[in-house]
Amino acid sequence: MATVEHKGKTFNVDEDGFLTKGMEEWSEEWVDYVKSIEGIEELTDEHRKIIDILQDYFKKNGIAPMVRILSKTTGFPLKRIYELFPSGPGKGACKMAGLPKPTGCV
Amino acid sequence: MADTKAAEMKVKVVKEPSLMTGAVPTRDWWDVEAIFKPGNYCYPAKKSIAEYHGKNLPGLFGEPRDWEIESDDWQLPENWKEIIINGIKERLDKFRSLKIFMDCCVRCGACADKCHFFLGTGDPKNMPVLRAELFRSVYRNDFTTAGRILGEIAGARPMTFKVLKEWFMYFYQCTECRRCSVFCPYGIDTAEVTMMGRELLHLVGVNTNWILEPAANSNRTGNHLGLQPHTFKENAEFLIDDIEDATGVRLQNLNFNRKGAEVLFIIPSADVFADPGIFTFMGYIMLFEHIGLDYTISTYASEGGNFGLFTHNSLMKKLNAKMYAEAKRLGVKWILGGECGHMWRVIHQYMNTMNGPADFLEMPKSPITGTVFDNAAATKMVHISEFTADLIHHGKLKIDKSRNDNQIVTFHDSCNTARGMGLMEEPRYILNSVCNNFHEMPENTIRDKTFCCGSGTGLNTGEIMDLRMRAGLPRANAVKYVAERHGVNMLSCVCAIDRATLLALNQYWNPEVQVCGVSELVGNALIMEGEKERETDLRGEPLPGMEG
Repeated sequence: MATVEHKGKTFNVDEDGFLTKGMEEWSEEWVDYVKSIEGIEELTDEHRKIIDILQDYFKKNGIAPMVRILSKTTGFPLKRIYELFPSGPGKGACKMAGLPKPTGCV
Repeated sequence: MADTKAAEMKVKVVKEPSLMTGAVPTRDWWDVEAIFKPGNYCYPAKKSIAEYHGKNLPGLFGEPRDWEIESDDWQLPENWKEIIINGIKERLDKFRSLKIFMDCCVRCGACADKCHFFLGTGDPKNMPVLRAELFRSVYRNDFTTAGRILGEIAGARPMTFKVLKEWFMYFYQCTECRRCSVFCPYGIDTAEVTMMGRELLHLVGVNTNWILEPAANSNRTGNHLGLQPHTFKENAEFLIDDIEDATGVRLQNLNFNRKGAEVLFIIPSADVFADPGIFTFMGYIMLFEHIGLDYTISTYASEGGNFGLFTHNSLMKKLNAKMYAEAKRLGVKWILGGECGHMWRVIHQYMNTMNGPADFLEMPKSPITGTVFDNAAATKMVHISEFTADLIHHGKLKIDKSRNDNQIVTFHDSCNTARGMGLMEEPRYILNSVCNNFHEMPENTIRDKTFCCGSGTGLNTGEIMDLRMRAGLPRANAVKYVAERHGVNMLSCVCAIDRATLLALNQYWNPEVQVCGVSELVGNALIMEGEKERETDLRGEPLPGMEG
């Protein structure tokens, strides 16, 4: 099991760099870490909005939202989401929010 | 490992005979070791996932543990060789097919260059004959007189860790597509050899997360994605808004878990989650509304696909059982199935003996046309393409083909529907009825000779993208041919794994070609009652003549 250290905190991550324990281990330091590896210059309210919505949705549903639902709930077109998270809603935003990535025929 | 650029890979595939050795082999095949490095293997199952399966089906999924594939210590049980050999014995006794496939191969090599993994990697162990030989050599050693006495001379070798590594590498570089079987003069089903190989690996806890996690999700929530009932329903209903945006019509008939419906409809769950499957789903429910079908969708049997097929027959049986259980509970007459690939292999080849007989269901009969689907007499399950083609044939659909005029379409036969159930004419009949521009890929790459997407059987995971792009090259090459010759810009298919994997494949090899389900094109063409002037297709793209 790999670990990542950032700003004095240690995180357990899986092979794709997602938090092994998900939101249980999620913290501001994690957000800052993902920001650095994702090449996001500054964390804005728009980033925060996406993270909040992802986490809320996950608590209710146990899975990340379908991209169209994320787009509709945040009010951001998909293009804007990619501008905010260059590796996309799954690999970028979900990772930052402490969500696992979806599996199956996807 | 960084994924190789397309231009670079094209050269590599031609010039470098073997992905494993990078050179023409100079040693006997069994002297060449399988070497795992980032990018050529799927991640092992998480301990928690292996534990979950072990609890449900004791003894079949080995000892749950954290282990690393690149390590020389896989933390196998001490008696792992004995487990494997006993496992082979049990299977030889239980499955006559396996014994025949072990004995009757004459190593003629007709299958050798038919495999997309061999064509894409150049690795001799991906020739189906040699992939099966990895298994057969151990079989000879322990189960044949010649092998016991003559050993290596008779092509026999004992089970060792080196062999186990080979098994893991090459039984996960086979998508069980069965193209090789079409060309085998003996009809050896190499897919079943791979299936047995994977079962044996599972017995000693050698596994992949990308298969076991969806299978665990499916056991727990009914579908691979892990969509709980409320989420499944909400996702499906969300798509009604998109249909209304495109057509001006608000569908009224979508419903869930309704007792007494005539037909239970079962989809691959990605069709209510991921692009472009969601557009296929829109097509399904528009069609049902258009003809007034009395149907329901279950949030329990919320998955047609069955990753159990890629693990162990007991898990496949367990996951598949929910279809009949739910059909019985809801009291439907028969079951309609969506555009899923391997679902239909399980249904067509195993379901009746495995979960049947479904004597509580009726012989499927279309309530609209009166057609009796007696081809589905055993399973009582009809494919959506069969159902739709019959509707079109009887003139029951109002269709405006011109709405698909921006699409120049070709059709990828999914391995499992083409070779696993013989579904070849129906999708083409539909496509020719709802599109004006349809072009076939070359003959040797379609119908029963179709080339796999390169990522089936649970190999559709990101960490082996490089391998996937190689394995998909023969398919992509055929797509390129029709793209260049006829300007094809849409690759249609009837499988959810295809919709996900062909998208990635095309983005790499043919970025100008999109991917869709056949039912999406049906949805675009349907003239819905009370619709507004249609300006966009289901994706929100302008229809022909509406671009301005």
